[in-house]
Amino acid sequence: MGRYALRRLLQAIPVFIGTTFLIWFLVWGLPGDPFAGRCGERQCPQAYVDFMTDKFGLDDPLPIQYLNYLTNLMQGEFGQTFNGTEIGELLAQAFPVSIKLALVAVAAEALIGITAGVLTGLRRGSFIDNLVLVSTLVLIALPIFVIGLVARYSLNLSSVSPEAPLVELIIPGLILGSGSLAYITRLTRVNLVENRRADYVRTAVAKGLTPSRVTGVHTLRNSMIPVVTWLGLDLGSLMGGAIVTEGIFNIRGIGGLLFDSINRRQSGVVVSIVAILVLVYLVVNLLVDLLYGVLDPRIRYE
Amino acid sequence: MSSPEVATPTAEAVPMPVTPAPVESAPKKDKKDKPRSLWTDAWYELRRKPLFVISAILIMIFVLMAAFPSLFSSVDPAAADLNRSLTKPDFGAWFQFGKGGQFGYNVQGQDIYARTIYGARASIVVGLSAVIGNMLLGGFFGILSGYLGGWTDTLLARFGDIFLGLPFVLGALVILSTFAPVQSNPSAFRITSLVIATFIALGWPSFARIMRAAVLSTKQLDYVHAAQALGARPGRVVFRHVLPNSVAPMVVVGTITLGAYIGAEATLSFLGVGLREPVVSWGIMIGQSRQFMEAAPYMMAFPAAFLAIAVLSFVMLGDAVRDALDPKLR
Repeated sequence: MGRYALRRLLQAIPVFIGTTFLIWFLVWGLPGDPFAGRCGERQCPQAYVDFMTDKFGLDDPLPIQYLNYLTNLMQGEFGQTFNGTEIGELLAQAFPVSIKLALVAVAAEALIGITAGVLTGLRRGSFIDNLVLVSTLVLIALPIFVIGLVARYSLNLSSVSPEAPLVELIIPGLILGSGSLAYITRLTRVNLVENRRADYVRTAVAKGLTPSRVTGVHTLRNSMIPVVTWLGLDLGSLMGGAIVTEGIFNIRGIGGLLFDSINRRQSGVVVSIVAILVLVYLVVNLLVDLLYGVLDPRIRYE
Repeated sequence: MSSPEVATPTAEAVPMPVTPAPVESAPKKDKKDKPRSLWTDAWYELRRKPLFVISAILIMIFVLMAAFPSLFSSVDPAAADLNRSLTKPDFGAWFQFGKGGQFGYNVQGQDIYARTIYGARASIVVGLSAVIGNMLLGGFFGILSGYLGGWTDTLLARFGDIFLGLPFVLGALVILSTFAPVQSNPSAFRITSLVIATFIALGWPSFARIMRAAVLSTKQLDYVHAAQALGARPGRVVFRHVLPNSVAPMVVVGTITLGAYIGAEATLSFLGVGLREPVVSWGIMIGQSRQFMEAAPYMMAFPAAFLAIAVLSFVMLGDAVRDALDPKLR
């Protein structure tokens, strides 16, 4: 397992470099005037352009610029925005909020989704089963921004305060996780139904184990693998995918910061955020793969 | 799914077409026992499913709407009359030919019903082109890496990982805002093709992975070895034997993805980085309704309902097709 983890880590390095280069190139590398529109309606003064070009090293050849950026990143240096704010500080303010929001969303998904999935999987074809299936379809079909807008105005919610206490994040988190919640429910249900036909479940029943033990230990644990994969990947993508939810509820997290930075063309912030999110995504992917072996001892890493 | 006893224990995840039985061994077979290919079999299965029939009809309606919007509304979606700004829906208009305002008017006095009808085109065009492009590009690379294996496979897998490492909305946001900044006003054709290209750039690795897995299991089957042993050229083996028998999983994922892409297009348009005026799109309409949620909830309700039904139809269709193509689940 250690060797497998190491190999996966090594494989992740070129992916990280490739993805960050892609974004870095899109934001910094393409031809175009980085100072267009930066000084309001008029052209930027030459002195300002010269100063900024020098400060951000925009005259260096592209590969050198990227290498410089990468070395700084490795040392935890994110650089400054065009206005001179430390990007690291901006990130330090926004990240805890987004992580809290993502955790609330994933917790809601796991709690409600798995419960609903187990309930429906055990009573296939019943009224509850059909009701839950129809509601999951509705949740899948409605995009988050529709659910968010409707919820915000029908519940008459105000914006989330800048400190974003956990209580105020519950409803946004539920909305953020709503789509995945529906998928988790269906995933749990399908796997549970499939695994209930498995030989080891029949054996467990034949041995005389209590129904709760058969379901809880033998069926459910084996049905959890795809669910855990989904939850893990979701945690990774929700941290950056909360742009819409954060926008609707005015939450000052990474999504909002990213969207602002794109609109105001703060290239450094965009690249830094994406770099971190890609890193999170890759690490979460690796952890999920390693978790397979814990959940299902039949899976061995060569 | 209706009769579990039909499923044979040897059924595989990637179903293979049944080879025609020799005629002399079964001289008199009724129509039901006639050997069917995977696709005919799936079609038999699908026709009997109410979910499939409903979603197929809904999709036909949306496609018709996208192709000939004037069949549904005679009002120009761009015509604005400020006198009618924020007029409430007039349900009597349904029964008067040629009268607009069935869904009310938006803040610029444009007919919401006409705009909702014309908005179908953007969704269908973007969703369909993006999925077809993904299938072609992802399918091509998937076959390449699955059939050739070795270095090609490793290289393509790592290259694809670069795009998969980007969360979808995030990647689309950066790409779109680079090539069409939020303040700019690209032409309808340019922004639509840009959105499609973005979806393809971010989506092809998933399609390639699915295709690769299917090709890997297909290329070890006897008829492929037989074809190779008979001296068939690689091109012939791939196009005659491997491709037709490994395309099914990609078709299933493609159908479901189409629904997801329609939702993603609306999300990006809502954020202001995707499609924008003069294109008429449900996402843009919902975005514009944001400031009028209390005064004019109908501004959002109708495009949102159409959007949800469109997404739902494709997701349901994908579910039905998957069930039909995968005998294990029956």
